[in-house]
Amino acid sequence: MSARRFAGRIGINLLGLLVFAVMTFPVYWMVATSFKEGQNILSDTPQFFPSPVTLSNFSDAIHREFFWDVVKNSLIIVAAVVAFSMVVGFLAALALAKFKFYGRGAFIVLILGVQMVPLNALIIPLYIQLSRVGLTNELTGVIVTYMTFVLPFTVWTLRGFMLGIPKELEEAAMVDGSTRFGAFVRILLPLVAPGLVATSIFAFIVSWNEFLIAYVFLNDPQKQTLTVWLAGFTTIRGTDWGPLMAAATLTALPVLVFFLLIHRRIAFGLTAGAVRG
Amino acid sequence: MSSQSGSEAGFPALTAAAGPHVRRRPFHERTFRALSPYLLLAPAAVVIIAVLGYPLYLLTRLSFEEFGLASLVSKKGTWIGLDNYSQIFHDRQFWTVLFRTVVFTVVNVGLTMVFGTLIALLLAQLGRSMRLLLTTGLVLVWATPVIVAVNIFRWMVDYEFGVLNWTLTELHIGDFLNKDWFADSTTGFAVITAIVVWGAIPFVAITIYAGLSQVPTELVEAAEIDGARRWRIFKDITLPLLLPIFVILTSLSIIWDFQVFNQIWIARGSEPEEDYWLMSVSSFAQAFSLGEYGFGAAIALVMVCVMFLATFVYLRQMIRMGETR
Repeated sequence: MSARRFAGRIGINLLGLLVFAVMTFPVYWMVATSFKEGQNILSDTPQFFPSPVTLSNFSDAIHREFFWDVVKNSLIIVAAVVAFSMVVGFLAALALAKFKFYGRGAFIVLILGVQMVPLNALIIPLYIQLSRVGLTNELTGVIVTYMTFVLPFTVWTLRGFMLGIPKELEEAAMVDGSTRFGAFVRILLPLVAPGLVATSIFAFIVSWNEFLIAYVFLNDPQKQTLTVWLAGFTTIRGTDWGPLMAAATLTALPVLVFFLLIHRRIAFGLTAGAVRG
Repeated sequence: MSSQSGSEAGFPALTAAAGPHVRRRPFHERTFRALSPYLLLAPAAVVIIAVLGYPLYLLTRLSFEEFGLASLVSKKGTWIGLDNYSQIFHDRQFWTVLFRTVVFTVVNVGLTMVFGTLIALLLAQLGRSMRLLLTTGLVLVWATPVIVAVNIFRWMVDYEFGVLNWTLTELHIGDFLNKDWFADSTTGFAVITAIVVWGAIPFVAITIYAGLSQVPTELVEAAEIDGARRWRIFKDITLPLLLPIFVILTSLSIIWDFQVFNQIWIARGSEPEEDYWLMSVSSFAQAFSLGEYGFGAAIALVMVCVMFLATFVYLRQMIRMGETR
């Protein structure tokens, strides 16, 4: 490698490091602030590394009113959305991957088109619809709505997994005397399992992060979700940055962990239209 | 359909049933088989119709109605035809908001695509470990919930103790001590743009990078041997191959940025000043703050139409895909 190319390599990698630093700084700043003592947060010269490190911001955040209520609500919503969208999405994917039928193309367009519908524009009719059937302030309304956000991705990803399974495998199982259900449980399900993991984490992230629907549908402080609770963190005396950043860290933490596990699948699912599947 | 193309469906029994000399399956079994894809799709279809189909219809109907708080109780609006629309189109504020939203979308989508592409190209040049580091960083940003991101940026641009004002002053870019970024809507929108673009770059960069790595190396090498310059290679080989990805990413970005709501709503403490109104904020405020649900619905419907026009190319591509599959 010539000296010039070597210098070029180093330059490029330094640029990469710089971009990394700029992009992740806000996240770092949140975490750093949440571990700082009050007077170090409100100092004229910012303190770039927390010292001394304190956990008092976290205990403030956790002991704020309704923290455990909203955590519980978020967990219930997430669990229900993951479970229901897995079942419903799996069945739909099965139909799209394993059957030829009239209206299949139309349904694929519908599934892809759902991603295009601006949900912020539908918040008014959704709210009126729910208030008519008396489901405002109930987690049920939120759960059903979130399912719709998650379904296109779920169906599309699982369908991709199922298409990848050679039909000879299923046939072989059936020749060996297995019933169709037996073939399904022993052959199809294990092969689709990674897809189920990826899609359930996606469902987790979407329903954990969502704000607007929960904000409009759930009015009681005890009924709200973690993100709505976090958005209402400002006190009359102004913002308490330490506890706010600690609460933000706690909110982001589960998502950050899960996201690192599946980000490849998500990029694939959202742009499935662009790549040949 | 299923009885003719059973071999493609992956169920051997159907293939057998297609031959005329083979004993046909009992009628009820064939019916069940023909119906089963519809039964499998039914739950998904019901959910989509309940949460998207019917509300879309309701949105359209509401936009022709006078639907205030009283109607919420009585569950009935009054049909007023095009009144909401004529009110909107004669409203100076509506045109200001529409114009502002379009400018906001163009700026945000533009910045997202440019930075996303540059970072994708950078990723392709990096060494392995540095690429892994940068990808992980991008994923961290991507995963950050919007509500969390808005609060981080609010803290960073805090006028008294924010790290941004301190840094800009230290770098001698100007005197930013105690500068309140949200006091003026132009600098306020600069902050909101930063939040939106920062959050949107990772998805775009990672997707374009995935596309870049699928460009056949033989093509690029052949062009290099022919003495083509880097820029020419990018323009004439990489770009055309990545075009479908660019179309999709741009369309999705338009859809997401045209309806930006959360960032503004939370950055302005749940009561954004009118200088900060974009289409979605104005529709929401009309409905939920002023109780004019019909009027808000009309604004939302105009928003939907503008967005569909803006993403027409993508839509056409998608429908074509559905037909060929």
